[in-house]
Amino acid sequence: MTTSMPSPSQIHAASPEFCMELENVGISYGGSEAVRGVYMQIPRGKVTAFIGPSGCGKSTVLRALNRMNDLIEGCTLKGRVIFDGQDLYAPQVDPVEVRRRIGMVFQKPNPFPKSIYENIAFGARINGYRGDMDELVERSLRKAAIWDETKDKLKESGYALSGGQQQRLCIARAIAIEPEVILMDEPCSALDPISTLKIEEMMHELKKSYTIVIVTHNMQQAVRVSDMTGFFNVTPKADGDGKVGCLEEFAATETIFNAPTQQATQDYVSGRFG
Amino acid sequence: MTSTTSPLPTQKPSFSRSSLRLNSSLGRNRWNQFFTVVAAVFAVLAVLPLVLVLGYVLVKGGTLLSIRLLTELPPPPGLEGGGIGNAIIGTIVVTLVASLIAIPVGVGGGIYLAEYSRSGWFAQFVRFGTNVLSGVPSIICGVFIYGLIVSTRLFFGQSYSAMAGGVALSVLMLPTVIKTTDEALKLVPQELRWGAIGIGASRFVTITRITLPAAFTPIATGVVLGIARAAGETAPLIFTALFSPFWAEGLFNPIATMSVLIFNFAIMPYEAQIALAWAASFVLVVMILAANLFARWLGRFARA
Repeated sequence: MTTSMPSPSQIHAASPEFCMELENVGISYGGSEAVRGVYMQIPRGKVTAFIGPSGCGKSTVLRALNRMNDLIEGCTLKGRVIFDGQDLYAPQVDPVEVRRRIGMVFQKPNPFPKSIYENIAFGARINGYRGDMDELVERSLRKAAIWDETKDKLKESGYALSGGQQQRLCIARAIAIEPEVILMDEPCSALDPISTLKIEEMMHELKKSYTIVIVTHNMQQAVRVSDMTGFFNVTPKADGDGKVGCLEEFAATETIFNAPTQQATQDYVSGRFG
Repeated sequence: MTSTTSPLPTQKPSFSRSSLRLNSSLGRNRWNQFFTVVAAVFAVLAVLPLVLVLGYVLVKGGTLLSIRLLTELPPPPGLEGGGIGNAIIGTIVVTLVASLIAIPVGVGGGIYLAEYSRSGWFAQFVRFGTNVLSGVPSIICGVFIYGLIVSTRLFFGQSYSAMAGGVALSVLMLPTVIKTTDEALKLVPQELRWGAIGIGASRFVTITRITLPAAFTPIATGVVLGIARAAGETAPLIFTALFSPFWAEGLFNPIATMSVLIFNFAIMPYEAQIALAWAASFVLVVMILAANLFARWLGRFARA
């Protein structure tokens, strides 16, 4: 890094196997470090789950993947997040363009105070979609497995739906702009088991066309939906007081849950976490 | 296990237990009743001025209400009849000018405070300044605009003008509009902004298409209340719009307004003028009341 920086497109060619790569990522809020030293290669067309105890920085890392942390004052990132051969945090990268290709679904369903139709069409329109809007709305709602419930009330407010339906509407809204990656931050934590099941079934469909990264507190959910799992943990800082999050182990989901290499992972997934 | 289940009969209870029946002679219950009555009395005293003002103005001025009152010019001193038509139009014109200045500047400032710089030093400074400005006496706003616009003949060499009056009122409206916009935008859930930004909306699109529409009703309510407050101001208009016994002659000439008409006519030694001052008071109070009701109606519109 002492020599002149290569332009972001020259970092390396976009790998066919890996969609996103994190290199020594550390994130701080104001002065306090939230997570440090994360190396990770997120495979394309797979579901990657982040698990770990509260405060371990898994949501923080997820939000770093499409620069949502930019909205939090005082949040800074060290290291590199590489997507499509570019460092997303290079100064010449436009964060709006990043978020158009890496969509996000949030913990709390947050439909816009508009009609169901407009909730989908809004994103497509601001992204310069020039096709048949009706067709796009139907296709997105179908992919999010909510078309049958909403096809007769597209003009009604998005708030008229139940919580689980609202969350699927938000997923449909994210799909509508055809991103390459969909980030999901505990998308089912506010939902009942039946809505959760519907979303999990949908994720199996979606991963055929998208890379999905999901943060979850529910380990069974990680087992059910994910191909790869990253276990985040909080560890005391070596250089002083306080705790910092780190990526303890990142491997295939089967390995994490059946034969983890780290003792902390073994303790956490077997419920013996301290 | 045995120690928790077995009772301890030797231990004395720490609290005395009495019957569950309500005993109204207890000290706490008497104080309760006493303070309920005191609070109710003060609540009645608080709305009493409003009821008295409305009633008095209605009795004194309501009887003069007629089409002539609303459409005719005030009579020359000593003559009977006439109306306050020019003052009604003048108040509308001056308030409109004030709104056209204060709404864009105030809403824009509020957007900056809430959306772009929530806690930067500049935003804190603007918020503090807004609070100070809202406490500045209206007569000082009038003198300020007099010094800035009227005495310097800034507008086409004219001194007193409707325009100057509008500018003075806009200074008074500005803090209300900035504050309500700021507060209304802060109430928009952060998740809504994230949702828009998460699907690739720029900040500008997020504000104009998502957060501003979501906060429209409280902003509109605040703006209407600001307008209603400005419409009734007298002191800043005496120094800026002055008065005119004639119909309005454009924006750059002195103009009659209802508040200044009341101020001028109420102290004249002529019956007709004093009666018109009462009638104008009535019309002004009704207009401000209507604006407040409209603001309430806007508020209800939002919750539905």
